[in-house]
Amino acid sequence: MRPLFNYIDRPSPVHRLTGAAKLVSMLLWTLAAMTTYDTRLLALLAVGGVALFAAARLRIADVSFLFGFILVFMVLNNLLVFLFAPEHGVSIYGTRHVLFSLGGRWVVTKEQLFYHLNLLLKYCAMIPVVMAFICTTQPSEFAASLNRIGVKYTVAYSVALALRYIPDVQRDYHEISQAQQARGIEMSRKESLIKRLKSASAILIPLILSSMDRIEVISNAMELRGFGKNKKRSWYMARPFTAGDVLAMILCALLFAAALILNRLNGGRFYNPFV
Amino acid sequence: MKKSPIVTVVAIGIGAALFFVLGRFVAIPSPVPNTNIALQYGLCAFMTVLFGPVAGALIAFIGHTLIDFSYGWGIWWSWVIASGVFGLLFGFASKKIKLADGEFGKKDILRFNIAQLCCHLVAWGLVAPTLDVLMFAEPANKVYLQCLVGGISNIVTTAIVGTLLCLAYAKAKPGKGSLKEEK
Repeated sequence: MRPLFNYIDRPSPVHRLTGAAKLVSMLLWTLAAMTTYDTRLLALLAVGGVALFAAARLRIADVSFLFGFILVFMVLNNLLVFLFAPEHGVSIYGTRHVLFSLGGRWVVTKEQLFYHLNLLLKYCAMIPVVMAFICTTQPSEFAASLNRIGVKYTVAYSVALALRYIPDVQRDYHEISQAQQARGIEMSRKESLIKRLKSASAILIPLILSSMDRIEVISNAMELRGFGKNKKRSWYMARPFTAGDVLAMILCALLFAAALILNRLNGGRFYNPFV
Repeated sequence: MKKSPIVTVVAIGIGAALFFVLGRFVAIPSPVPNTNIALQYGLCAFMTVLFGPVAGALIAFIGHTLIDFSYGWGIWWSWVIASGVFGLLFGFASKKIKLADGEFGKKDILRFNIAQLCCHLVAWGLVAPTLDVLMFAEPANKVYLQCLVGGISNIVTTAIVGTLLCLAYAKAKPGKGSLKEEK
């Protein structure tokens, strides 16, 4: 089975940053990419993201198995936007430069193409950074850093539990599904949809009832060890901030601030080269 | 089941792990290309009935965030928040169902399904598309259609998987007061 959150142990400056700093930076970065539609800033974020990806000494081969999904997702999303709103760019930018017509109401305009370029840049601004975060942060440090940025430690512990038990649940699911298939349950395309849903339930019921038992066992164990007695909790994986961490967070905060300032300057979220 | 806060913490953790595994690996291919049927909302509804609104909201929120993370396409906050809203609302709407005591009769089935229908409609008909338009400035009609398709498939899977899970759990759980003292 492929490791899920694909942590790659390959020392680099990005790996050395603490989890909490990386989490804050990643959130600020994606917020900046989400709020702005300014092409210049998006391009900067996209280039910066790729540079960060390289600085983390990650290779395309490390994440190539994700590319299929993302490519389909991007292409499909862009196609749907064009299919449903071919004049969306025109309504945003306020001008209309027709390039050619595809028949019916699907007229390709410069504005629409520019809007799609922005949409693509938005993905490129977000995806490399999220990938770099996933590949350079250990899951257990991730949970500790949630607590560090102010999430209640019981909730952070829930996340830690989820990350810890995903492989177990996955293995249980696999075993139950093979046992049920040996008893003649069909899950493939050969069956009708309703039948497939029903056979999925035949796997889910044992899986979930056994998980209920597991919840009881784990919570008893935690109760015996006095979990939740105190207001605070220390984390094995927590590390103090270094100068590099502070620098990374300030840089990302500046990017987010730039996004907000550009929104103000452009009089909206879009940078308009047409007027 | 007695409601110790620790049980809720663990239920959120395990629930989110189940949500993740169902959403990421147990993909039943649907007739529409590139869309899978999301079984995880049936599970989420079932766990919400058992463990309450806070657990429901966090199971869906954490589970959905982890799914988005593992695909690596960034976190689609609009849909993640909508998932959380579904868990929260459904937790309040299903308070009357006493599944933890092993009761799940015909009336409860009806109540369960009406509640999930309403909560899904709010989450995918209102919260998700509105946030999508606000955050990503995508064309409204495209976003509403996407959310509607997702919402309807979620309603169907919750109705089938969620109801079946509740029935199975109620059957496996000895009912409240089912033991009698021998005289």
